[in-house]
Amino acid sequence: MATTPVQEATRLHAIFESCREITQDVEFSAAKQWLAEHPGRKAIGCFPIYCPVELIHACRMLPLGIIGAGNQIEITYADSRFQSFVCSIVKSTLELGFTKRLEFVEGMLFHNICDPARNLASVFIRNFPGMFVDYIHFPQNFASPLGMQYLQKEYRRILDALQERSGYKPTAEDLNRSIQLYNRIRAALRELYRLRSEKPHLISAAEQFLLTRAGTLMSPEKNVEMLEEVLAALPTRATRPKDRIRVVLEGSFCELPPVALIETIEEAGCYILDDDFLRGWRWFTQEVPIEANPLHALAESYSERAYYSGSKHDSREVKAAHLIKMAQDQKADAVVIMAAKFCEPALFDYALYRKALDDAKIPHLLLEFEEKTWIFDRARSEAETFVESLLFD
Amino acid sequence: MAQPAPKSDYQGKLHNLQKDMIGRYYDSLTAASEGRGKKAVYMMVSGNPVELIQAFDMLPVYPEVNALQLAVKKQSLPHILAAEEMGYSTDNCAYVKADVGMYFAGRKTPFATIPEPDLILCNYVGCNVYLQWFEHLAEFSKKPIYNLDVPFSRNMVSDEPSDDDVSYVVKQLEELIEICERMTGKSLDFKKLQRITELSGETGHLWSEIKKLTRERPAPFDAYFDSVMMMAPLYCLRGTEDGLWFFQEAYKEMKKRAEMREGPLPEEKFRIVIEGPPPWPYLRQFRDMFSRWGAVAIASTYSTVGGIWEFGFQHDPLRPIESMAKHMLQFNLCNRNFLQRYQQIKDYIDQWGADALVIHSVKSCRLFSAGQGDMREYFTKQLGVPTLLVESDIEDPRYFAEAQIRNRVDAFFESLEHQRMLVKK
Repeated sequence: MATTPVQEATRLHAIFESCREITQDVEFSAAKQWLAEHPGRKAIGCFPIYCPVELIHACRMLPLGIIGAGNQIEITYADSRFQSFVCSIVKSTLELGFTKRLEFVEGMLFHNICDPARNLASVFIRNFPGMFVDYIHFPQNFASPLGMQYLQKEYRRILDALQERSGYKPTAEDLNRSIQLYNRIRAALRELYRLRSEKPHLISAAEQFLLTRAGTLMSPEKNVEMLEEVLAALPTRATRPKDRIRVVLEGSFCELPPVALIETIEEAGCYILDDDFLRGWRWFTQEVPIEANPLHALAESYSERAYYSGSKHDSREVKAAHLIKMAQDQKADAVVIMAAKFCEPALFDYALYRKALDDAKIPHLLLEFEEKTWIFDRARSEAETFVESLLFD
Repeated sequence: MAQPAPKSDYQGKLHNLQKDMIGRYYDSLTAASEGRGKKAVYMMVSGNPVELIQAFDMLPVYPEVNALQLAVKKQSLPHILAAEEMGYSTDNCAYVKADVGMYFAGRKTPFATIPEPDLILCNYVGCNVYLQWFEHLAEFSKKPIYNLDVPFSRNMVSDEPSDDDVSYVVKQLEELIEICERMTGKSLDFKKLQRITELSGETGHLWSEIKKLTRERPAPFDAYFDSVMMMAPLYCLRGTEDGLWFFQEAYKEMKKRAEMREGPLPEEKFRIVIEGPPPWPYLRQFRDMFSRWGAVAIASTYSTVGGIWEFGFQHDPLRPIESMAKHMLQFNLCNRNFLQRYQQIKDYIDQWGADALVIHSVKSCRLFSAGQGDMREYFTKQLGVPTLLVESDIEDPRYFAEAQIRNRVDAFFESLEHQRMLVKK
């Protein structure tokens, strides 16, 4: 039976609200429910930015986005382990461990994003002795084919460690099935971004953020259903375009901004047409090919067809090239750089972005945030002033 | 009780030799900047293939060493502020900011004019900021960059890198040889590389023997404050005859002091291990805080950023490329994980005989500092080692709160002294 626009609007609203609930749930009930329904299966936490989730999934385990605790918990213990000048996500993720909220996960995967994340992996090993913790070394030499070849071997190492933990040894077909499933998720996310850039009134950046984030906390099978349902319902959503400036946003690729902050920027008069929220969970610009050697396909995609990341140092392209292109492709009026406080990769990138954006005569605004923030008056006022300066220039 | 700080720095023949040699090294940088010297290769201090660079008669330039020299000479702040004006954050590493500020100020310093790079060789050895730093320099200078990617020491069971890790680094070194051959128009002289590696091997061995001398009581030198003086020749001159000569002299000098039971202070009351980089802008003030309590560092982790030799590593002239790879992968502090550092400190405490651990936590270098609260927890709660944690910075003078740090140091040693008195009773 066909649904009416009203039913669809209600359904969309319900999906977004359920996503909001999932993303704020630091007890990870959705994942725990999946584990209860699948006896004997395990979950592996993925710390940002990018994690080869297919390897986990092919071992019949559940990849989960363990990406800090937002503003949902108070830091009681982790503050004494990491200093005041270390970003919040490192502390809140550790706090999740200290408060026994991660006891249900079998293990955690970290990788070389930045120095605090590097040391966090060690601190996890010492403080949670039963937990499986591994650290992926993503290569940083892309000028040579050696980097990609090495990554394939690194994936083999990680896969071996995972299969030992899960007790299931995946075949190439298993890996390809997982790649296909995640390809569908990434394609749906890309399509949502395309749609949003074309008709930004249909779905807000905050709504899409909720969808993507909630997707990292549920099974990929459920996630793909949810995303495809949203995609089907969106084109007929009854919302009207607003008088807003068009911006692209960069810098929030690791620590998650509070949803209310994204909403604040939008309400201040910005259509956010593209962003790097949770970029690691859509990572590839194209589908990962299905090949006889799936590890090669994943490694080659990482090297050749991945989105820009502040933690992936690719000397083949100048730093700001992707950002200028993104702004131009989206016909953006401006760029918002929204960096987590103390985030060295994002703050270093900003130094180069600023000059490149000035040279390209693209207006830009720098905002710093922390996941644990509740009040956004200052960000609101900065964003409003910025928007007004563009509207009445 | 604390005493007025005695004259505590090591000011012997060695100090002058170091000044001369590093002065000549910096003269060669100035010459290169004026177009009458060698080709300049920017590199990082932590595990690097300087032997290969020397074999091609190219000049290693270390932005980290330049940045620390600026701080020591109290020249860092204006450059840091200039970089912040450009858009760098107060939360970015101040080594990078001082270097970038200096770059845009015409690369002129009180000690040399730093040449533009001919090659930016980013030996990515553990520190993620290295990648950003060199990426930025490559954009500013528009000079070629090669990221020499060294897999992080993440084997949780063994210290050894895997065969895949070693072969990956070796193959990249082979690519680097081709790059150097193209740049210099010369083929690699393998015999020359072997001789340079031999010099490095002997230098490293002597350095490790010098470091073992602080197991003596009293320690003949301070393994933090005096070691930093010896680190400049180790990095800037490793693989040269001059570099080896310096360490031969240093070993003789320190061995003699050990035999004569001479220490850097009139009395060695406390033997400490210091973890973390020094506050370069206030090195003297920081040293005095410990000297007045009779505290001598008998080991330090900072002196191993560019290589750990005291646990058995030595460059092997028969396998120069492989030994460079091993040095980068396994035998330097930066590429080792945090728990391996806990073990290294524990080994110093046990094998060198220390009373306490002092952690100097610096904001700039999160590789060193992020998580040092956990380290303190491990040493105090799990091992029962008295541990002090103080915070400042390696480069930015604005973060050195002298009175506050002094209070903490005083309280710490007062309590150690008190505990000793109780034990004696």
